[in-house]
Amino acid sequence: MNQLVIGGKTLQSRLLIGTGKFPDKKIVPEVVEASGTQVVTMALRRVDLDSKEDNLLDYIPKHCTLLPNTSGARNADEAVRIARLARTMGCGNWVKIEVISDNKYLLPDNMETVRATEILAKEGFVVLPYMNPDLMSAKRLVDAGAATVMPLGAPIGTNRGIRTKELIQIIIEEIDIPVVVDAGIGRPSEAAEAMEMGADAVLVNTAIATANSPVHMGKAFHLAVQAGRLAYEAQLGRQSTYGNASSPLTGFLYEGVNS
Amino acid sequence: MSFYHVYQTIRDDDFYPMHDQTSEKDMMTILHKNILTEDDFLRLLSPMAEMYLEQAAQKAHALSLQYFGKTVLLYTPMYLANYCVNRCVYCSFNTQNVIERRQLTYNEIEEEAKAIASTGLKHILILTGECRKTTPVAYIVNAVKRLKKYFDSVGMEIYPLTEEEYKTVINAGVDSLTVYQEVYDETIYDNVHLSGPKKDYKYRLDAPERACRQKIRSVNIGPLLGLNDWRKEIFFTGMHAKYLQKKYPDVDISISLPRIKPHAGTYEARYDVNDQDLVQALMALKLFLPRVGITISTREAPDFRDNLIPLGVVKMSAGVSTEVGGHALEHGSDSQFEISDPRNVNMIKHAILKKGYQPVFKDWMPF
Repeated sequence: MNQLVIGGKTLQSRLLIGTGKFPDKKIVPEVVEASGTQVVTMALRRVDLDSKEDNLLDYIPKHCTLLPNTSGARNADEAVRIARLARTMGCGNWVKIEVISDNKYLLPDNMETVRATEILAKEGFVVLPYMNPDLMSAKRLVDAGAATVMPLGAPIGTNRGIRTKELIQIIIEEIDIPVVVDAGIGRPSEAAEAMEMGADAVLVNTAIATANSPVHMGKAFHLAVQAGRLAYEAQLGRQSTYGNASSPLTGFLYEGVNS
Repeated sequence: MSFYHVYQTIRDDDFYPMHDQTSEKDMMTILHKNILTEDDFLRLLSPMAEMYLEQAAQKAHALSLQYFGKTVLLYTPMYLANYCVNRCVYCSFNTQNVIERRQLTYNEIEEEAKAIASTGLKHILILTGECRKTTPVAYIVNAVKRLKKYFDSVGMEIYPLTEEEYKTVINAGVDSLTVYQEVYDETIYDNVHLSGPKKDYKYRLDAPERACRQKIRSVNIGPLLGLNDWRKEIFFTGMHAKYLQKKYPDVDISISLPRIKPHAGTYEARYDVNDQDLVQALMALKLFLPRVGITISTREAPDFRDNLIPLGVVKMSAGVSTEVGGHALEHGSDSQFEISDPRNVNMIKHAILKKGYQPVFKDWMPF
């Protein structure tokens, strides 16, 4: 398989997971192991360094790359401040930009996201921006120095699958940095679908965190992402309007025609 | 334009014919819809909907899981003062009630803060009575500045402010505002607020919007159940939340449903709101406005609070004292009302974990 490289780091797993919504933080290490993920995102606003027993960071295995997100930021300036805080707190220099000023649908603000990306990339951050799937915004994010683009499949937490398929497909075809489908993926089969489309990775939180068994669901996503990527690399057969028999009955008529 | 204009268009509606005409078929249709209309919301509040409470609860549970996950944010109120110039018939702080009045000094505020912070809580809600003379905005601002040393999030439940004053307290670090309208029915409102600035119905009604215009992070609204027919009050509350949510998409809107509790006065709730009614109200709101957060206070009993968690409660108070100085000081004041859940923070934390949910102590930070 081709390798996924983000911010100079080679990742064996193409599944990124989130840490929100779990019934208990203590389950996070098990989910990480089952999912095989190497990148774990968390809302910086939930990190409590003062707490002796409830610091989310303690539950994220050390081998994982931390991806603090700017959840809660309503504009670029707030996102930049959160990113800087995360780095100061020792969370590394990776950051997922979330700029959301619509609390009903939680849709990102692409313009502010581009602005925050530009500032943070110049400061040496590895910036992974969450975005509405729009090609021109994706191009601007690339120009701004983003390490990936992360278009949404459906609004955060909805588990509605890849509703923006056509738009994500265009981004995959036109953008040369990794494309990570983030938000909306509710089932392992949808993660596989994203990977079959050619996405470089997927980020999943709600579907795993709210499953009856988050550990089993993490494993299911792990396998689905691998299957989807393998299918993409094996190159899917073309689609056709009419049926094409695997063993044509009239093939004999053409045998030797070109010989 | 303010919510008052919306209220004017719905206040004289006769809800009961709609309730009477709600059929089983209507209920099944509503329970299978993704986006509910105002009529659907009204039908969910009807007596017919009582038969479909379990189905509504299952849907509310699924929606809550989807949007909020298995988490419950914990916070606690801190009473800064109980001086009040209003005469609200249902409240101990009523200026005519003979109770021990008290106001915390800044040093006492820090003592209380240290005691609360030692329980691990990072979210606090400060409260006062309405008395601009003893608790002016400048006092609130100074208190907030002190509290920011100990807490990531400082919410405020005080008398309504002007827009400029909201700007001042938000700049000082207040990130959430709670303003209960108490009762949306304007006539009843006038009858239960005998005197004082709180008599101004519209000024209070527009308070959340004034804070929204100044970019407050979150706003919590609600009725005080027991002052009017709960079905009407919940409808008005839902409409108010929807109005704010639509007009200020960057503000998190949440709703509390407090019921009148015993207090120092003699007023008793005129309208009964039993546990089933409260659950129906909660379900209707959750289905109508799935992203709205629901807060449940210690006015409710421990078992009842625990059982409400899977139904969509995302915020709970813990380790509560409704006395001024009730967390650390030897001589507190009289309490605002009787609480029904006396458990400390640790006990509530374990109760939440036992339900299969994560107690969240920190969900905000200043930046």
